[in-house]
Amino acid sequence: MTSALVVGETFAVETWWVAVIKAVIIALVGFTLIPAAVTIERKLLGRFQHRYGPNRAGPYGTLQAGADILKLLGKENFRPSGSAAFLFYLAPMLAVIAAVATFAIIPLGDVVTIFGQPVGLYGIDVGIGPLYAFALGSIAFYGLVLGGFSSGSKYSYLGAMRAAAQLISYEVSMGLALVGVIMATGSLSLVDIVQYQQEHTWFIVTQFVGFLIFVIAAMAETNRAPFDLVEADSEIVAGYMTEYGGGGFASFYAAEYLNMVVAGGIATTIFLGGWAIPFWGDAPDWIAPFVVLFKTFLFVIFFVWIRATLPRLRYDQLMSFGWKILLPLATLNALVTAIVVVVA
Amino acid sequence: MLQSYLPALVFIAVATLIAISFVGAGAVIGPKARAIGEKEDAYECGLPSDVKQGFKFGVSFYLVAMLFILFDIEVIFLYPIAVQLGAFGVFALIETIVFIVLLTVALIYVWRRGALEWK
Repeated sequence: MTSALVVGETFAVETWWVAVIKAVIIALVGFTLIPAAVTIERKLLGRFQHRYGPNRAGPYGTLQAGADILKLLGKENFRPSGSAAFLFYLAPMLAVIAAVATFAIIPLGDVVTIFGQPVGLYGIDVGIGPLYAFALGSIAFYGLVLGGFSSGSKYSYLGAMRAAAQLISYEVSMGLALVGVIMATGSLSLVDIVQYQQEHTWFIVTQFVGFLIFVIAAMAETNRAPFDLVEADSEIVAGYMTEYGGGGFASFYAAEYLNMVVAGGIATTIFLGGWAIPFWGDAPDWIAPFVVLFKTFLFVIFFVWIRATLPRLRYDQLMSFGWKILLPLATLNALVTAIVVVVA
Repeated sequence: MLQSYLPALVFIAVATLIAISFVGAGAVIGPKARAIGEKEDAYECGLPSDVKQGFKFGVSFYLVAMLFILFDIEVIFLYPIAVQLGAFGVFALIETIVFIVLLTVALIYVWRRGALEWK
């Protein structure tokens, strides 16, 4: 059974079992990026603060994240007496599932031929592109809010309410920031957007305002400092995950880091030309996934850098920044892009 | 067309397996939980929890939720126009400008009514 799928202008021709095997491999690769991101964050934060960071487990502390996960999984299964059992265990699962499913959208390369089979180096290339990521991001949001509400603790409640208000506020700006790119490309498929950038210039040049808005909103959406009010340690302990320990905490933690990687990946795809290398048009196919991962981790490093630099915002500052600065700016960007696209 | 969503189901299946093994691992390989005294209480300090007697939140949270529904739907309506903007040219441009101006008027209205002030 061959499925020829019309996606924008491109045709992805894959037999169904190739698509399944490919999806399993890419999902597992996505999982291995979580300890990588955790290690990079902890080592870099250590260096930013004039200390070594983890340096005992494995060479240069690279196995520390794996050791942490193993330790967390062996912890006692515990939930407070005031919590709702089903939702308490469902919430971390939802967070992980949504994060991994979003990873599917990042294209790691073009269609290549492996053992005579055409394989597109992406988990999924659908005609709705970024909307798929937004839809799954909203499901991840259920994970946070249900986790906070089902714990039966006041810090968890406060964290859940903060998460709800913060995530929805910045989602609007995030969506509007991409409208300019979509107007220029005329397609929602992320593979099409990358190919457009290879033929023209990268969108970080032509859509710089959109890029800035997207990166700031992505930091808020993934609860990164300076927007980490959802789990502001000094105010509400750990927000929605106060009552979680062991596997549940590991799930939330993993989902958070994977969300950061996915945000970097989407920014790479849409604004940094995906797998394209400047001034090297005929790069071999196998190098493409490494280029995407390299650019993605540049974003991860940038997020860590920002975390080490800026103090946390106050909640009213967070809200007025999102609604009074980012949203009007994103609207203006969409308007100007529309005029330029049609007139030029 | 729907077949292009097959990998998404595979991703969700793989993620579900890992999520269940993460969340369930404690019950299988961890020490058995025993409720001793106040161990099962929620982590709190100060006065006893007032969560169960109806926790009240500021009205701003609800205002933000309503504004989100308005503006998010408007953003979603912009996406189809954005995809076809080049194809339809000036007609689509005028439609887009009218739409964005309406959106901006709505934003200015809620701003001046003070709905964006965090109380």
